[in-house]
Amino acid sequence: MTAVMGLLAGLLFGLGLAVSGMTDPLKVQNFLDVAGTWDPSLAFVMGGAVLVTFVGFRLAWRAGKPWLDACFHLPTASAIDRKLLTGAALFGIGWGLAGYCPGPALSTLALGNHEVWWFVPAMVAGGLLQRWQASRTV
Amino acid sequence: MNIVNFTPEAAALGGALIGLAAVVLMAGLGRIAGISNITYTLVDDWRAGRVGGWRLAFVAGMVLGAAGYYLATGASAVPPRELHPVWLVVAGLLVGYGTALGSGCTSGHGVCGLSRLSARSLAAVCTFMATAALTVFVVRHVLS
Repeated sequence: MTAVMGLLAGLLFGLGLAVSGMTDPLKVQNFLDVAGTWDPSLAFVMGGAVLVTFVGFRLAWRAGKPWLDACFHLPTASAIDRKLLTGAALFGIGWGLAGYCPGPALSTLALGNHEVWWFVPAMVAGGLLQRWQASRTV
Repeated sequence: MNIVNFTPEAAALGGALIGLAAVVLMAGLGRIAGISNITYTLVDDWRAGRVGGWRLAFVAGMVLGAAGYYLATGASAVPPRELHPVWLVVAGLLVGYGTALGSGCTSGHGVCGLSRLSARSLAAVCTFMATAALTVFVVRHVLS
């Protein structure tokens, strides 16, 4: 049952990424190119997503617990520290360079786009490298 | 500034679908739809011998959902550009390392974090938007 719920959420997510244009790295880079060929569309993606999520989360939380688990698993960290900001800064550089953030890159793996066949393995390697480093220093 | 290919309706509709996905995951499983964290945890689980679960189903759903759109519309998902694989690998490493260090990407900090009114996520979003815009500026207007 949890897998069915995961699949449903994934289907909606992947469809939403494609419909919105987030899966087109040139459209993403145009969104980021305020000084050049600017495409403001992606602000509407974030706007639409946050609007639905803001309301939906509150309705979900009102139930007290999720349908298929005993509690909500919400992030507990609240510190705005160097780790957060360095990580976000590095992510932004990579996002700007190629035009892919994790969701769109994964979503287009099966669509003949050779670019993500380079990008995704490197992304996973980068993520695991950081997690491995973190597990050694704690 | 020169506005191009502006598609606000499709963007808002797609965004609403992404939001709906985040709500399904929260209402159903109590989980944040953060793609970077889901992906690395999935691979970590797989390396530890645990296969499957909702994370695998979620990623499979993402691939199928996007494929459904491209099949239905007949659009091409191959971007019309020449980007050397070295740049794709460098970008992938930065995105992977950065999202793991910063605990989130456009979905976890962006969609879910902003909706939770998290100041930490807002700081992350402002930071990655700024460095992404700066990177595009340097690549498109300084280097070329």
